[in-house]
Amino acid sequence: MTTTATTTATTTGWTRICRLDALVPDRGAAALVDGHQVAVFRLGGSGDVHAVDHHDPFSGANVMARGLVGSRGGVPTVASPMHKQTFDLATGHCLDDASVALRSWPVRVVDGWVEIGSGTA
Amino acid sequence: MTIDQHASRGAKQKLAVVGAGMVAHRLVEALVERGADRTWDIEVFGDETRPPYDRVALTSFFSDRDPEDLLLGDGSLWRRPGVRLYRGSVVSRIDREAKQLHARGTTFDYDRLVLATGSYATVPPVDGADLPGCFVYRTVDDVAELRQWVLDREAALGRKVRGAVVGGGLLGLEAAGALTALGADTTVVEFAEWLMPLQVDRAGGGALRRIIEQLGVSVRTSTATSRLKAGRDGKVARMQFADGERIAADVVVFATGVRPRDELARSSGLEVGERGGVVADPGCLTSDDSIFAIGEVAQIAGRVWGLVGPGYTMAEVVADRLLGGTATFDGADLSTKLKLLGVDVASFGDAFAATSGSLEVVYADPTAGVYKKLVMSDDAQTLLGGMLVGDAGAYTNLRPMVGRALGSDPTGWLLPEGTEAPGAGAALPDDVTVCSCNNVTAGQVRCAVTEQGCTDLAGVKACTKAGTSCGSCVSLVKKLVDVQLAEAGIEVSNALCEHFAVTRAQLFDIVRVSEISTFSELVAQHGTGQGCDICRPVAASILSTLRHGHVLDGENAALQDTNDHVMANLQKDGTYSVVPRIPGGEVTPEGLVAIGQVAVEYGLYTKITGGQRIDLFGARIEQLPAIWKRLVDAGFESGQAYGKSLRTVKSCVGQSWCRYGVQDSTTLAIDLELRYRGLRSPHKIKLGVSGCARECAEARGKDVGVIATDRGWNMYVGGNGGFTPRHAQLFAEDLTTDELVRAIDRFLMYYVRTADRLQRTAPWLESVEGGIDAVRAVVLDDSLGIGADLDAAMASHVDDYEDEWAATLADEQKLQRFASFVNAPDTPDPDLAYVEERGQRRPADEAERAVLIAGASIPVRTTTEVTA
Repeated sequence: MTTTATTTATTTGWTRICRLDALVPDRGAAALVDGHQVAVFRLGGSGDVHAVDHHDPFSGANVMARGLVGSRGGVPTVASPMHKQTFDLATGHCLDDASVALRSWPVRVVDGWVEIGSGTA
Repeated sequence: MTIDQHASRGAKQKLAVVGAGMVAHRLVEALVERGADRTWDIEVFGDETRPPYDRVALTSFFSDRDPEDLLLGDGSLWRRPGVRLYRGSVVSRIDREAKQLHARGTTFDYDRLVLATGSYATVPPVDGADLPGCFVYRTVDDVAELRQWVLDREAALGRKVRGAVVGGGLLGLEAAGALTALGADTTVVEFAEWLMPLQVDRAGGGALRRIIEQLGVSVRTSTATSRLKAGRDGKVARMQFADGERIAADVVVFATGVRPRDELARSSGLEVGERGGVVADPGCLTSDDSIFAIGEVAQIAGRVWGLVGPGYTMAEVVADRLLGGTATFDGADLSTKLKLLGVDVASFGDAFAATSGSLEVVYADPTAGVYKKLVMSDDAQTLLGGMLVGDAGAYTNLRPMVGRALGSDPTGWLLPEGTEAPGAGAALPDDVTVCSCNNVTAGQVRCAVTEQGCTDLAGVKACTKAGTSCGSCVSLVKKLVDVQLAEAGIEVSNALCEHFAVTRAQLFDIVRVSEISTFSELVAQHGTGQGCDICRPVAASILSTLRHGHVLDGENAALQDTNDHVMANLQKDGTYSVVPRIPGGEVTPEGLVAIGQVAVEYGLYTKITGGQRIDLFGARIEQLPAIWKRLVDAGFESGQAYGKSLRTVKSCVGQSWCRYGVQDSTTLAIDLELRYRGLRSPHKIKLGVSGCARECAEARGKDVGVIATDRGWNMYVGGNGGFTPRHAQLFAEDLTTDELVRAIDRFLMYYVRTADRLQRTAPWLESVEGGIDAVRAVVLDDSLGIGADLDAAMASHVDDYEDEWAATLADEQKLQRFASFVNAPDTPDPDLAYVEERGQRRPADEAERAVLIAGASIPVRTTTEVTA
C-alpha cells in the first residue's frame, strides 16, 4: 500500500483523522483539518489513500468526498457528485478543465491511522 | 372582422369541415397541434361510418386486418372538447349567404368552411358495369364487400374465383394484389400500351409486366373493355373486349381513375374547373372567401393534386391561414415510391424526359426484373428525374438530388442494391429536402447533430421530425446522422463507457445469466479499469433489479450515484432534500402533521412536488438518519425520489368522490405504487391513473398511464414531461385490473431489461425493433416466450421489497456513512448560510454571502442556529 504526498511544500504537522478501516473502499469521507475541509479516499483496487479539497470549485459546495470514485485511462479519479466533473485523485487536476484543480493533501497511514499533512510552510 | 379580434374577444368561431378523409384528419390535427381549438369550434362531417382512416393502406385490409387498425391517430382527437366528428353524415347543401350547411336533417352555422370531400372512383361507361360482382376500390366498405364477394363466390362455385381488374395503374395493381391475396386468378386489363403509364415509360412498363406475370397475374395491355355479361344467376360472369376476345370473370374491379367530388361546390355556385375540382388560390381559398378547398377536390394552379402528400400540405396551409397566417401551397413534389404486388415502383422529377435535350441513362437487368432510368440535363451533369422498377432502393438518395449535379458518373447511382451510391449522405447539399413529408433539409438534420447535441437517429427524429411520417427517408437520415457524428468525432458506439464495451441491455443479460453479484467481479470479467460515474451506477441498478440487495450493502455502497448514495437528493449547496412516499398522493391529516413537525424541527423548506408529495429541503447529510427516524416512526417510507426507479403513481380522486369518475383510480394508483416502489430502472419511471376520460391525473404524460373506461382500464405507454415532452400512446384497451397489472408488470420489466442507460420509455419504444407494436406483442401475446420469466422477475421484486431507509436505520454500520466529517461526525458544514424568503429559508446567494462574511446585519441564519 502506498500513500500520496505530492505537494511540494514541506509538511510541518500531521492530523490524525480516523482509522483506515473506517474508510469504505472506493468511497470518500470528509475531514476537518485545521479548519480546512478535506476529502479522503481509500481505493478498493490498489488500497491507496488520497486526499484532496472537499470544496467543489465548480459548484462552490463542500461535496467532493461524496463523489464517485473510478478511473479514466488508468488514472484513479473522483467525479463531483454535483455535475460530474472528473478529477485526478493523485494530483487534484480536473481532467475535464485543465484550468481547474483541487488542492492535493499529503496523506499517510501510521499504525492503522490515516493522517493528513497540514501546516505547510 | 379578423380572426384575431374574435380570439381576443374570447368568442369561438365555428369551422365546418366537409369530408372526413386523410386530409381532413390532418387539417384537424394541425389545428389542434397549434392550439386552434381554443379559438375555433371544429365540426367535421363525413359520409362514411368510420372515423378517418388510412386509405393508402387499404390493401393491407386483405391480410385479415381489422379495419380499426387503419384508423388514423388513436381517436383522442375526436374526443377533444371543441372538436366534433359527425360520422355517416352527408352534407346536402351549403347556403353561402346564411353561412349554413345542411346535414343530419338540420342546419349548422359556420364562420369558415373547408371542403375536403376528396374524389370518387370513376366507372367507365361499359355495358353491365352495374352487375352484381362489379366493384370500385376506394373505401374500406368497398374493400370489405369485395372481399366478402370473393369468399362467397369461391364457396358457391367450388373453384378458384376468376377476377378481372380494369385499369393497370397504381390503384389497379393494388386491386390486383388484393384479389391475388384472396386466392383469385387475376387478369389486369389496361387500355394503354403498358402498365402504369402515368408513372413509368414503355420499357419500365415492360419490366413491370414481366415481374407481375411471374407472380401469376395475367396482363392485357392495349385492351378496351366493351361490355360485361351476367351468367344465369344474374351475377357478372364474362368480360368482352373491343377486339372480340373475352374472358371469364366472377368479379370485376374498376380502377380506371378518380374524379373530384365537387358537386356540393357546383350546387352552391362555387367556381369549378373544366375537368372538375373546386378552383382555389394558393391559399386554398375558393371563389367564396369563407370557403377553402383542400385535397383531391381542390384544383390549385390549374390542376388537381391526386396524392396524399400535397393534400397534407394544403391542410397545413389552411390551418395556418385560420390562425391568421399567410402560408401558400406552391405545388408539390409528385414523386412516388410504391410497393405493388411486392414490386418496387418509383418515379420522380421529369421521369418522362420531357425537358428538351435531356439524356437518359438506363440500367436494365431483365433476369433480375430490374429497370432503372435517370433523366439527365443535356450536358449529362444535372439530374432531372428518373424511374425505378423492381428495385427502388436508390430512390431515397436520388429524389433529393433532382435539379443537382450527380457527379462524374451518374451510372454509379443505378448499381444494384447493396452497392453504396456515390456520395450519398456526405455529399448532399444542406438545402436539399430530405424528408418531404415534414419539410426537413439535409442541413437541418446535420444541425441537429452539430448544434442540438443529438447523438443518434431517434434523437434527430425527435428533434427535426424527419422520417416521422411516411418513414421513407429514414435510411437516408440515418446515413446523414452517422456521417455527421463521425465528422464531429463522436464515435457511433454502443459501448456504455470506457470500462465496458457492451450496452446496458447486454450488461443486464450478462448479470442475469451469470452468478455475478458484485461490481468488482463484473469489471474483472467483462470490463477494464475501476469504473466511473457512468458504469458504476448502471451496475448498481442492474444488481439491485436482479439481486435485490440494499443500496449500501457491501460493495454496492461504492457504486451508487450521487443521490442513491445517501438516499436523498443533493441540492446546490450540498444539503439534501427528503421525500417520503405518499402512494397515489393520498395522505392522512395525521401524516401531514407529522411531516410538518419534522420540517419545523429541522427548519426544512417545504414544497409540494409535481408527483403529489412533499419535498423537504435543506437537510444536512448528518441530519438524514434522525429525520428519517422521525418519518419512519410516523409510518412513512422512502419515496425513492433520489433513484432511477419508480417515482410516483399520480392519481385523481376517482369514483369514490368525483361525480364523473367511473373507476376507483386512487385505490389502483396506491396498489400500483406499492407494487413497483423501489424498482430500479434505466431512468426514472412515473405512472398515472385517471378515473375517467377527463384525465385529471395527466396519466398520458407518464411512462405508464391508466385511464378508466366503463368497461375497465385503458393502458397508455411512453409518455413523459421534461425536456422532450411526449404523450403516451394507447397500448391496450378495456383491461381488467388483473390484466392491467400483468401488462404493466411485463412492460416495466421488459423496459428495465432492455433499455439503454438514462433512456426513458418513449425513446426506448422508438429504439425497439418494431416499435410499440413489437413491445405490445411481447407484453400481451408473449411473442418472445419470455412472459412467464418477466412475471417471475416482477413477482420476486415485489416479494423482496424492503424500505431502504428503515433497513438503514436498523444498521449501525450503514448509519456511520452519514457523518458530516469523519473526525467530527456531528459538526455541520460551517460554510452553509441561509436567508429567509416568504417565511422559509433558502441558500444565500453570493452577494448575500459576501454581506454575511462582512458581518452586516441582514437576517441570515447559519445552520448552527437552525438546529438549536
